[in-house]
Amino acid sequence: MAELAVPLLVMLVAAGLVVLATVTAVLDAALNEPLPHTGGAGSSASTRWAGALRLPLVQTVRLLRRRRRTTIAADSLLWRVGVAGLPVVALLMAALVPIGPRVVADSTVGIVWFNALDVAVWAVVWMAGWGPNSAFPLVGGYRFLAQALAYELPLMFALTAPAVAAGSLRLTDVVAAQHGLWFVVWMPAAFAVFCLAVAGFSVWGPLGHPAGADIAGGVLAELSGVDRLLMLAGRYALLTAGAAIGVTLFLGGGAGPVLPSWLWVPVKTVLLVAGLLLLRRVLPTLRADRFVEVGWLILLPVTLVQVLVVSVVVVGTGGS
Amino acid sequence: MSIGLLGTVVFWMLAVIAVLCGAAVFRVDSMARATYALAVSFIAVGAQVLILGLSYIGVITVLMMIMEMAIMAVYMIMFMGMNPALMPMNMVHGNKAAAVTAAGVFAALATGILLAPWPDRAGVPDPDPTAALGEALIGSKMLVMIVVSAVLLATVVAALVLALPRGRYDRFGDDLRRRPPADPQPGGVGR
Repeated sequence: MAELAVPLLVMLVAAGLVVLATVTAVLDAALNEPLPHTGGAGSSASTRWAGALRLPLVQTVRLLRRRRRTTIAADSLLWRVGVAGLPVVALLMAALVPIGPRVVADSTVGIVWFNALDVAVWAVVWMAGWGPNSAFPLVGGYRFLAQALAYELPLMFALTAPAVAAGSLRLTDVVAAQHGLWFVVWMPAAFAVFCLAVAGFSVWGPLGHPAGADIAGGVLAELSGVDRLLMLAGRYALLTAGAAIGVTLFLGGGAGPVLPSWLWVPVKTVLLVAGLLLLRRVLPTLRADRFVEVGWLILLPVTLVQVLVVSVVVVGTGGS
Repeated sequence: MSIGLLGTVVFWMLAVIAVLCGAAVFRVDSMARATYALAVSFIAVGAQVLILGLSYIGVITVLMMIMEMAIMAVYMIMFMGMNPALMPMNMVHGNKAAAVTAAGVFAALATGILLAPWPDRAGVPDPDPTAALGEALIGSKMLVMIVVSAVLLATVVAALVLALPRGRYDRFGDDLRRRPPADPQPGGVGR
């Protein structure tokens, strides 16, 4: 295929992220949410899927028509930055993903860029919790920081493993290094920790405690209208973009039979997202104060051992 | 490597943003805003470093500063006793002494900059400026750095052990025999 102009590629990646995030939202609703009006044991699978398919559109229209909620003495600036930040971070993450031979931002330090972006979520979620000057969002913001500290260090070491194996921080090099053997095969622990961290920085599923029902939705509690839409959409976009990075780092990127490589990336992304959604089915929401100990005492040593194994293999085979 | 006209313009714009956000730290009346103003200032500096071709150092600066400021906001708010009701608080004190010191330091530094005999550029920049900078900074002192890093890590661990409110001696008693442990807070691992 001919070289795509960069603006066109940017638009395609952005549109692709929106479409895939919508697919994620539909799948999440179909698999995990009790749907209004169609839920309950009596509803058939087809009604459930029909409801789930309509849900993103219905929610979008409903939230766009709803008035924005204001609170007393809110820090509007930080609140807006926090709310709008999630979709922005997700878009910047998607820009790093090599789609076939093309990539929007082919940075020599792509893995570190990804790391910087997922750290930006710390600031964004905390600001979204701080902004409304309301107790439950504030509790959610602090929960997120505690939880983020516990998943971030294991995530950093999980990101180190593919970088060491590829001998490069560039994501296209990481994809090229998986020619023949995907990294997920010999770095399963790093992959598992990465997937958990994706749920973490998406404030979703098993690590959705900062937006938990026990604190009335936490960081989401005071959001309505377009703010709520941005934050909910941003969570699904982050989940999708994180999965796309996971496909790049561990699942061979665009490698695969029959289909062209630019198509394999979204296909694998949807499959990985489906896997994460199933994870939500089997794992309960982990309380932040309990997950912290799991993160520091189990996940961190596991990823360190994983990096050690990868490093020994790389040294033993004389570099990759 | 030359950064070109566009690069120069963006560099100076980032410089202005960095300085303005740095000044905003003392103008805003909220600890949260002050912290994130500082974060934006550092991010602008990180972007400047990126423009200079030091990709890794630039990205790491952005990463570290966001992470650091997100944590620092928690401590600043905690220690300053600020509640989320955004009670306005003054970010400056000792104004006169500070103003005199700042003006004096600025004058001294500016004089130094203007009077120093700056060398002309000799040679061309390295193709990989990050590696060249690392080599120049610690190339001959790598052994020292490695030893110091182990000492630093040991210091951090020792400080944590001393400060930990639920270390093993607190939980298991002085002879480590108390079962089950007296744990003020149950963890997720079930020890």
